[in-house]
Amino acid sequence: MDKKNKLGPGFDVPGKEIRYRDAFNNTLREELEYDKNVFIVGEDISGGFDKETKEPLDAWGGPFAATKGLVQDFGVNRIMDAPISEAGFVGAAIGAALTGLRPVVDLMYFDFTTIAFDQLLSNAAKSRYMFGGQTKVPLTLFARSGGGTGHAAQHSSAFYSILAHIPGLKVVVPSDAYSVKGLLSAAIRDDDPVFVVNDKKVINMTSFVPDENYQIELGKGRYLKRGEDITLVGMSYSSVVCLEASEKLEKLGISAEVVDLLSVSPLDHEIIIESVKKTNRIVIVDEDNPIASIASEVAAIVSDKAFDYLDAPVKRVTAPHTPVPYSKGLEDVYVPDSNDVVSTVKSILGN
Amino acid sequence: MINEEKLIWMYQTMYRIRLFEESMLEQTFKGNSMGVTHPSDGQEAVPTGICAHLTDKDWIGSTHRGHGHCIAKGLETDKMMAEIMGKFTGNCKGKGGSMHIADFSKGMLGANAIVGASIPLAVGAALTAKYQGKEKESIGVAFFGDGASSQGVLHESMNLASIWKLPVIFACENNQYAEATPSWYAVSVEDIADRAASYNIPGVVVDGMDVFEVYEAAGEAVKRAREGKGPTLLELKTYRYHGHFHADQTEKYRKIEEEKAWRKRDCILSFEKKVTDQKLISKTKLLSIRKEIEEEIGKAVDFGLSSPLPPEETLYDDVYVNYPNDLRGLR
Repeated sequence: MDKKNKLGPGFDVPGKEIRYRDAFNNTLREELEYDKNVFIVGEDISGGFDKETKEPLDAWGGPFAATKGLVQDFGVNRIMDAPISEAGFVGAAIGAALTGLRPVVDLMYFDFTTIAFDQLLSNAAKSRYMFGGQTKVPLTLFARSGGGTGHAAQHSSAFYSILAHIPGLKVVVPSDAYSVKGLLSAAIRDDDPVFVVNDKKVINMTSFVPDENYQIELGKGRYLKRGEDITLVGMSYSSVVCLEASEKLEKLGISAEVVDLLSVSPLDHEIIIESVKKTNRIVIVDEDNPIASIASEVAAIVSDKAFDYLDAPVKRVTAPHTPVPYSKGLEDVYVPDSNDVVSTVKSILGN
Repeated sequence: MINEEKLIWMYQTMYRIRLFEESMLEQTFKGNSMGVTHPSDGQEAVPTGICAHLTDKDWIGSTHRGHGHCIAKGLETDKMMAEIMGKFTGNCKGKGGSMHIADFSKGMLGANAIVGASIPLAVGAALTAKYQGKEKESIGVAFFGDGASSQGVLHESMNLASIWKLPVIFACENNQYAEATPSWYAVSVEDIADRAASYNIPGVVVDGMDVFEVYEAAGEAVKRAREGKGPTLLELKTYRYHGHFHADQTEKYRKIEEEKAWRKRDCILSFEKKVTDQKLISKTKLLSIRKEIEEEIGKAVDFGLSSPLPPEETLYDDVYVNYPNDLRGLR
């Protein structure tokens, strides 16, 4: 990969403002065109079939319209609608990856990952290692995570920390349309299994996306905003929260630097340490549950590698150690927001 | 009629598996294999009769009791013995051991220690073949046991293979026991083959102690797969002579009379009787084959014993194809 393009081409190139979901769909299309070994498998991704003609109907465009319009152009052999059997089709996708194809799996809701978890843990993550490096698993999986949309406990999880814990898997957490394009493309072209976490709250958000094809290097974070007084670390939707918090803090005369992790495995240690060495304070914002989370991991890295630069305790703003509640009254409290971040920042700045 | 060359291959393969397992057990008890091993002696006719139809372009998935599948698929016994002994010269450089022997150059997708977990991998290999329009030259075979026949992922895999018409064979080695639990207790049907009916695919009961019967039934299933007609479930009734793992004491859960009855139908002895009675292969030839295999396995043991352990720094190799963080720095 071209070194100057590690984080994509930038914002001074031809492009347009589009929704995250459209950037995602466009990128799937580009990757299907780029490599004939790429195919997509998942539940409902070709949206039903006509009983007489057996032709796909693309009723919904797939879950969250991620695959909308693709079956018409690429056919049912490359847009494979699967029955509700996650372990079976994730296992088959791994088998296909081991024998030369480059499968992309739509797991619908992030919670459904656990139904295929043995295949991910025992086969996708471990095959290369336990077989002494004789094989590789170029597999991409994606699903929708996060609370805030009334999907309740079994359709709202964001436990990407569990996946990041596993040696052999990579996990990326795009936060806008620009980053999902570069990260999804890089994930599909990568030779290791990569999970792309799409927070439901960012899917309909709009941002600038360059027209050109580009990849964002897996394991590289980026600065969303430069500042002096405190480092806010976000991932996926919590990066949006950090940015919003930084604007509120600015009005209070506090200059916050926002680091968007983009990947949680590999994790960009350098950008975290670099920023903390400058600001001497850090708040990590993570919508995952707190115990053994990415927020905890970042806190551990900072304590280990930047302890002498810290002027305040490392703080985490996370979801509580509860499942995601249904009622908006509770869900609003569950999802960390910019007010939670602002009050945490104020507490460690002593004002 | 099976030609002489194929008959000789079958005999070599069954005897190679038998002797490999016996020598492997001996080495395990001497402390030379580094962990748990699961011998497959008694079941040799199954992988032999099926793999007789396969080439290196066909793929198999295997189980914790996988040495027989590996040998029948053409893996070298010296590298296998070295792998079981945890040596750097093993198929997986000592990273996998007995339960994870693999050789992708021979179409062997790896032995798998999660019961049932390799089944969808063979389905995926069949998917690749169909995707590339190569069903005639490449099919998948999923080996699994009676224990895995109750795993959800088998049923999901049979359903997928059926609706997608994939060139795959589900080869259930019913060796009567899942660890100590008998299949008559744990399986809801008399014949596991009956479960194929739920997936609208053929289900065939086969005498897994008779390599000729296995060869014939597998031939039909392979033909069906290569012709694009979809999957088959074969249930091969067989028996493991040893326990679930090397130190298992079978007398605690099965009767000696039962073991003797199955041993009377031994696949190697019945093969020898049949080919000599019908004058297909001479006794002298069989003896010379035995001698060759005995030498080979002896050399395999020596190779394993004399090979080096993996260098310590290889601990960190091959977790990923590419990972920017230095894994040494993450602990």
